[in-house]
Amino acid sequence: MHAVEKILARAAGKERVIAGEIVNCTVDLAGINDLYLQTLRSFAEMGGKRVFAPDRVVMFLDHFAPASTIIQADNQKQFRQFCREQRIDLLMDIDQGVCHQILADRGLVRPGMLLVVTDSHTTTHGAFGAFGTGVGATDLAIILMTGQLWFRVPEVIRINLEGVTGKGVAAKDIILKVIGTLGADYGVYRAIEFTGPLLDRLGVSERMTLCNMTTELGAKTAYIQPDRITFDFLQSHGDTAFPLATTDPGYDYAAEHTFDVTGLRPQVAAPHSVDNVTDIAEYLGRPIDQAYLGTCTGGRVEDIAVAARILQGKRIHSRTRFVVVPASKKVLLEAMAKGYIQTLVEAGATLVTPSCAACLGTHQGVLAAGETCITASSRNFPGRMGDAAAEIFVASPASVAAAALEGKIADPAQYLL
Amino acid sequence: MTGIIRGKAFVYGANIDTDQIYPGGYLDLTDPERVAEHTLERVDPDFVREVKPGDMIVADANFGCGSSREHAAVALKASGIAAVLAESFARIFYRNAINLGLPLLVCPGIASLVKRHDLLSVDPVVGTVINLTTGATATAQPLSAYVSAILMHGGVKPMIRRKMGLLSPADGTARVDT
Repeated sequence: MHAVEKILARAAGKERVIAGEIVNCTVDLAGINDLYLQTLRSFAEMGGKRVFAPDRVVMFLDHFAPASTIIQADNQKQFRQFCREQRIDLLMDIDQGVCHQILADRGLVRPGMLLVVTDSHTTTHGAFGAFGTGVGATDLAIILMTGQLWFRVPEVIRINLEGVTGKGVAAKDIILKVIGTLGADYGVYRAIEFTGPLLDRLGVSERMTLCNMTTELGAKTAYIQPDRITFDFLQSHGDTAFPLATTDPGYDYAAEHTFDVTGLRPQVAAPHSVDNVTDIAEYLGRPIDQAYLGTCTGGRVEDIAVAARILQGKRIHSRTRFVVVPASKKVLLEAMAKGYIQTLVEAGATLVTPSCAACLGTHQGVLAAGETCITASSRNFPGRMGDAAAEIFVASPASVAAAALEGKIADPAQYLL
Repeated sequence: MTGIIRGKAFVYGANIDTDQIYPGGYLDLTDPERVAEHTLERVDPDFVREVKPGDMIVADANFGCGSSREHAAVALKASGIAAVLAESFARIFYRNAINLGLPLLVCPGIASLVKRHDLLSVDPVVGTVINLTTGATATAQPLSAYVSAILMHGGVKPMIRRKMGLLSPADGTARVDT
């Protein structure tokens, strides 16, 4: 069996599971975002009275943080009330940040666990060897009622990463290359495992970016076998117990691909599809109205650090807005302590509180018709960040910072000597 | 969903994502009637005005990709859409729609067989699709037993109520136990 099958088998109380089988699993951790008031409604509509295991539920007020409409404020009020009534102690209010980063910061995710959140990017937690997957409101309400949910055991695709990255090339460029090569629906219903010698040179932040973006392949979950890098991160975040699942030798993958990143140049996903990926060279000089750094994909300390390195002592271009959104309170505090926030704000960046902000087109940096944005977030669908007649380029944090500096799409390598 | 569905088709391309089905700017709305007012508004501004109960959506591959927002499925269901036929579906959207009792049928070749406002007759259980306007036919892949059971209950909420012994007469006429 593969490690992800062993995780599901353990959660289903079974010795073995096989791909394609439907199993009912006990969920280790269930997360709800503030977009999903329907979760509470579905819970009530199904006759729910008490949450099955309130200690395994986390509530995140992150998508509308802080609220910018009265309806959003009222939705958040109802979530806080529900937490009080149901004795859900893990309420991550508007000061905390984006759900996936909070889970990592607080050591709430660990290898071998089955984690379900009402957010498609829950695949992020494959970076820790966990089985993370996103669901909608009603599925999450079923977990609140019963502690369990059905899963189809996914086939596993192996993506082997080899080679050495060049200047200005980050995990985001690698995963964009993978998505552009395989296509936005390649991973539907399947798990994506990353393996290979390149992983030894990728820290937890970069691994989170790889796994996060497998959602843009349609994947059900992602997986990286925990190693020394994983354990060091978890121990530094207060976690010392690691129930490990490991894949049996000779496991038969549904498909295997090798990507050698040697010679890879910075990539962009051009409008309006995440798999419309080319070398950034194709778009050099395209004027940029807004550069956006943040989200569960590109708002970590490492991402803010590279932007600060590029913008240190410089000034963003007069025609470009640079919106910076740390992924969490912990990220913000660390970026402040290291001087990165000072550097970026002095360079002309607009700082937004840790949240999802404009990534989902609700507030704090949405785009007008005809504007062009380069973003370190995950999606460039029409209307994703505001008006449907805006153009969104998805790229690495370094490419976003270079564009903010030049006012146009630019190769970041020259600033990273 | 036990009977034949007849209605006109609204036809869309590949990778219609959840932001296109339901824009992010309205995610704070929760009342299905108000949610439905914004269904597909940036893709097809005429949809909300033209759609009638029983109508269907036909699409190319990867319909519903992107966000886990259940609003996308709620919007279609509340608009009166009786089924979605596509070359393939994104997985979270698939679960969300099935949970609400909205049949999604994977139907190879369908994207090239149907034009906007063609009249379709669909048997979601058997998988037979007839384009009554052109005479063309197609066959949808069979639904898994688990998915069929949810649809036969009229959605997952009545099914869970039944499982937990909370079923009331208002929950429908489902006869399938799982």
